[in-house]
Amino acid sequence: MAAVTDATGLRKAARRNRWWRDLSWRYLVAVVAIAYAAFPIVFVISASLSRRGTLSGTTGLFTSVTTTQYEALFETLFWQWMLNSLIIGGVSAIGTVLMAAAAAYAFSRFRFKGRRNALTLLLLLQMFPQLLAFVAILLLLLALGNAIPILGLNSRMGLIAVYLGGALGANTFLMYGFFNSVPRELDEAARIDGASHSRIFFTIILRLVAPVLAVVALLSFVGSFSDFIIARVVLTQQDQLTVAVGLYQFVSGQFDARWGIFAAGAVLASIPIVLLFQFLQRYIVGGLTAGAVKG
Amino acid sequence: MSTVATKDETPARGSTSHARELNGWWFAKLAVMAVINAGLLYAVYSSFMVEEWWILAVTVVLLVVVNWVYFSKRMVPAKYLLPGVIFLLVYQVFTMGYTAYIAFTNYGSENTISRDQAIEQILRTGDVRVEGAVDLPLKVVRNEAGELGFAVVVDDTVEAGTADEPLDTVDGATIDDRGAPQEVPGWQILSLAEVLEVQGEVTALRVPFSDDPEDGWVRTQTGAVGFQSSPRFSYDEAADTFTDVTTDAVYTPNDRGFFESQDGTRLTPGWPVTIGFENFQRMLTDSRISSALLQAGAWTFAFAFLSVATTFFLGLFLAMTFNHPAVRGRKLIRSLLILPYAFPGFLAALVWKGMLNNPYGFINSTILGGADIPWLTEEWLARFSIIAVNLWLGFPYMFLIATGALQAIPGDVYEAAKIDGAKPFRVFRSITLPLLMISVAPLLIASFSFNFNNFNLIYFVTEGGPNIPGHPLALGETDILISVVYKVAVVAGTKQYGLAAAMSILIFVIVGLVSWLGFRQTRKLEEVL
Repeated sequence: MAAVTDATGLRKAARRNRWWRDLSWRYLVAVVAIAYAAFPIVFVISASLSRRGTLSGTTGLFTSVTTTQYEALFETLFWQWMLNSLIIGGVSAIGTVLMAAAAAYAFSRFRFKGRRNALTLLLLLQMFPQLLAFVAILLLLLALGNAIPILGLNSRMGLIAVYLGGALGANTFLMYGFFNSVPRELDEAARIDGASHSRIFFTIILRLVAPVLAVVALLSFVGSFSDFIIARVVLTQQDQLTVAVGLYQFVSGQFDARWGIFAAGAVLASIPIVLLFQFLQRYIVGGLTAGAVKG
Repeated sequence: MSTVATKDETPARGSTSHARELNGWWFAKLAVMAVINAGLLYAVYSSFMVEEWWILAVTVVLLVVVNWVYFSKRMVPAKYLLPGVIFLLVYQVFTMGYTAYIAFTNYGSENTISRDQAIEQILRTGDVRVEGAVDLPLKVVRNEAGELGFAVVVDDTVEAGTADEPLDTVDGATIDDRGAPQEVPGWQILSLAEVLEVQGEVTALRVPFSDDPEDGWVRTQTGAVGFQSSPRFSYDEAADTFTDVTTDAVYTPNDRGFFESQDGTRLTPGWPVTIGFENFQRMLTDSRISSALLQAGAWTFAFAFLSVATTFFLGLFLAMTFNHPAVRGRKLIRSLLILPYAFPGFLAALVWKGMLNNPYGFINSTILGGADIPWLTEEWLARFSIIAVNLWLGFPYMFLIATGALQAIPGDVYEAAKIDGAKPFRVFRSITLPLLMISVAPLLIASFSFNFNNFNLIYFVTEGGPNIPGHPLALGETDILISVVYKVAVVAGTKQYGLAAAMSILIFVIVGLVSWLGFRQTRKLEEVL
């Protein structure tokens, strides 16, 4: 009897030992890594709740909790900027998904002349980041604005159109791979049942690749939400600015004095994006390994 | 043969296809096409009205192509490609080509508008009093928008206008006994006291007689009497020269897009002209520019490489740490670790800028107990800080892709290694890393080229600073190539679009070359394994 309990005790000890050696440090790393990842975010939340809105006043975290900074923020055009960013980001995300998906469908399901060359060309174009051409974009919109004001400078539609220019380059490849993984037999079956190509595209294929659509939409949304150069060049009127350009104004001149307002704006602006990421986490991991890069 | 054809052209036969397609979908398509056509027709009309011939040509082509593609029964792939391709051609391919063109011109702050516009602006730049012309009784007025203007009496009729709005007869206006305007409907006459308040603006104001600047302006020195003035520079269309009527100096167009006199004075603005390889030459031979470019280029490579390396190894380390079946709460750990990835990058960069501020930032003032470390204002510390901030921003991405790639490696490879008695590090070096690289290497290259142009990070954390003292382009020590381009084109006092475009071309060549080499390498990697 004594020998048996001894043996189980030993086994338990050994197991504990192995746990200690194999796992304990992993939890330690987890704690350190999470602290590292979360710290700046905790800091900015604390700054947004402080009573004094200056950078120099920050001596500890959460030394005071007030809504002063948020109230000051709401007296600026913040909500207008936020709305602009959501509209610009939302419309360009939807447009990007539709156009890139349509192109990927064409490349994946049809065999036409110049198909391979077109694919190679897209791969090449993808290397040229749009923001490198911002000077040309500025001059193009200057001329376009004369004839079609809605596509010119200082127009949200104009900015959306610029972002849509990057729709095919970056995302078609990612989608192309996913479209190829949808079995062709499904199309064939639907076609025999009398479905047209557009019906196959909209009601069968798009549904099956919904996860990658979500990822492309999210990354495109974040890309235009975070863009600074092109938005700065295109939009100049205060009430048309995006959140990125608007919030930057708070800290570009008097960095110290308006820190609290900026922090409050940063917290509010990041909430929708962080939530989207958390909800779409599972799909994002799948999309990333297939080659998506966040802008 | 015939079966193949019916397969490709989806509606098998014309007659049945209409019956099948005449439903909600078809009407939806018709509605969308109607809207697009209306938009394009409007664009054709308005570009015709303002005489933008290039835009007119493009919109007409679009109108034809769009209708042709979407109402034809053939060309099914084109129906799916066209929308994206149009935007791609206009906003990416065209702008790329246009960038290349600008690189060969002297586009800049003083050379942006067309030659005709420049001539018109020069006509407006200066004026001289017309000798011997009659003085005009005048009143200073404001229009409904509150803009200052003049009301004058010309040949017993009252005319009024502002700086942007040429003089025009005002109906129902009356003239007082001294011959000056008394009541001007639609305009509010300023009293003497009010005129004195805005005296500076009044004496500087020029109200044109017509849209043609050669007709001259009305000006005033007293606020009660107007005199006529005409352009100081008169344009001779036949000779294509300007003459300064006060000095008789003649200005002829030079090859830099300016009217220039013999003693070298230029009239501004000018217009853009092609100048060959000069912008590229300047990048190579102007030592202040070439040395800054060389430094920024070296730093760009170092920054992009170190960013990828540090984020990848931290991400991989974390992925391997938590990719152990017995670790509990992996989902929670992942949710928290991707916070930096989910937090918008430009905001994070600005938050870090605040935290690294010296002396007020949280890191110096609180964590380090009042230390005095110039994180962002000393050259090497600033570089270090940028890489550290990017590590925070970038490691979750690498963590996610490394986790995905690790889970895709089959377990039996590890079993085999264990049987062979391989040590953990050996397993990592000889099995995990090479297998991981196959799926991750293309992503690392993409990440490299993304960081190569990571403007937001540099601009928001240091703005390229600390500044190189007295640099003509106001560049800083941590500027990467793309932020140099931005500064030359947007921030600088005299904007040099041509030079900036030439630099863009340089970046494009570098990024393209690196990506191409990289992809070729990864394909080799795949072939080997």
